[in-house]
Amino acid sequence: MRVNTTIPVKTDGETATVFAGDYLNKLSGEAVERECRRQIEAGCKTIVVNFAETEIVNSIGISILLGVIDAAADAGANIVFSDVNDDTIELFQMLGVTNHVLIEG
Amino acid sequence: MENQQKLIHTFGALAELGSEIAHKQNFQEMIRTSLHLLLGSLAIMRGGVARYSRFGHELNMLVVRGLGDDFPLSLSLCYEDERQFLTNGLNVIEVSQAKALPFFQVYDRSFEKKHVELFIPLVIRGEIVGVIMLGEKANGEPYNSYDKEVICAMARHIGVGIAQRNLMAELERRDEQNRELFDNLRMTYKDTVKAFATAIDCKDKYTEGHSVRVGRYTEIIAAELGWNTEQTEGAAVAGYLHDVGKLTVESKIINAPYRINAKESAELNKHPAVGYEILLPIHHPYTDVPLAAKYHHERLDGRGYPDGLSDREIPYIAKIVNLADSFDAMTTDRPYKRRRPANEVIEDLQRNAGKQFAPELVTAFCQAMLKEVTGETKQRKFRRSLGKEYMEAEGIVPLLQNAMNGISPTSSLTLVSLD
Repeated sequence: MRVNTTIPVKTDGETATVFAGDYLNKLSGEAVERECRRQIEAGCKTIVVNFAETEIVNSIGISILLGVIDAAADAGANIVFSDVNDDTIELFQMLGVTNHVLIEG
Repeated sequence: MENQQKLIHTFGALAELGSEIAHKQNFQEMIRTSLHLLLGSLAIMRGGVARYSRFGHELNMLVVRGLGDDFPLSLSLCYEDERQFLTNGLNVIEVSQAKALPFFQVYDRSFEKKHVELFIPLVIRGEIVGVIMLGEKANGEPYNSYDKEVICAMARHIGVGIAQRNLMAELERRDEQNRELFDNLRMTYKDTVKAFATAIDCKDKYTEGHSVRVGRYTEIIAAELGWNTEQTEGAAVAGYLHDVGKLTVESKIINAPYRINAKESAELNKHPAVGYEILLPIHHPYTDVPLAAKYHHERLDGRGYPDGLSDREIPYIAKIVNLADSFDAMTTDRPYKRRRPANEVIEDLQRNAGKQFAPELVTAFCQAMLKEVTGETKQRKFRRSLGKEYMEAEGIVPLLQNAMNGISPTSSLTLVSLD
């Protein structure tokens, strides 16, 4: 069963900002990945995932973000993670997620 | 510090996975979440979980992430693959080792294209239930022993989840088989009962088909009373077998072409008690069948036999069979008298409601007959027993309506109980 969750998105030219909110850490977070893929398919060259409302990221969240990274890599798009808190940056670094994305403050 | 954070992250994933396997009702969601947790715990870029079908000797992908649309959804295994997986147990097989497996050689292009690096056979209680395939880590480093331990621990949880699901599916399959078996047995029982009823009827050349008709009328009354399928079937069986005691009565008494004398009547009147004795040792699916045989000649006013029981003392099923039996006796030819016309029979039922018959049963019976006469029901149960002409007798509709209106729903004597 697919959970229908509406993910907030802001687009500006070839850049789309997808707001991760607190969706990432459960199965419904797959909606974030679907939204990113939709934006990439629509021609966006840069996907910004905004973590301003994201307190923590668990293993499900990491897996979903890796799916976004993979989709972007296949399409030659860039991924930027913005407004990530320090703990999450540390986690991304530890797991090697930062090898694939640009982190913005 | 980094190690500690890694441990906390991994431990969180393991804890969530355990809870997921134990509590999630939806198998597909459970597997999807499990793969997320496994991939996310070590930041593995891609992977999939396949379930093993030992009948088809194939791995069917349950969920994949990052393996692409052209990755095969079903992978055939041969005996050697299975043997190697079982020997390996639930441990990581690196791609360098996996290359020796026959199935790898078939799908090597798919594995190499998507950088599949590890295979973990899900061997649970000595049986292969699936395989997990994992791609490279996000940090680009090779898998170390810590990673492999974490992977195996999580794979064991996933394997148990699949094994549980297989077990449930097997139980459901067996449950379905049992239900079919039960239905077949029930059908056999019904056929046997009907055959028995025919055998009883064969003894009485004048009332051929009596038991079968009484079974049918009993079923009609039970259905009209709103009994469920099982109760209605039970009532029909009681009707079919109510005269089984007649098998021990001499044929010359049963077939006497005259009104039998007192001695012969006493002999004939033993048949309810004898029927009870015959039916009692049989394990019927319906408990009241022997009681119906024993008391189907009892009357509400206490003037029946064998025990002269009155209203509340008479088992409800016996009251139904009594009505069905009497109705058939009135509507079929006997050696010493012709059957009575419909109007007389209906008036007789009305007149004897509360004396011989339970009033609400007469009402139900008339109601069922009325539904058939007026075409409210498409069933032709009465017509099949009584003939079209009999059922189309002039004035039968108002007669039935009058009978129903003229009977109080319950007599002061009658206790209505479906138990």
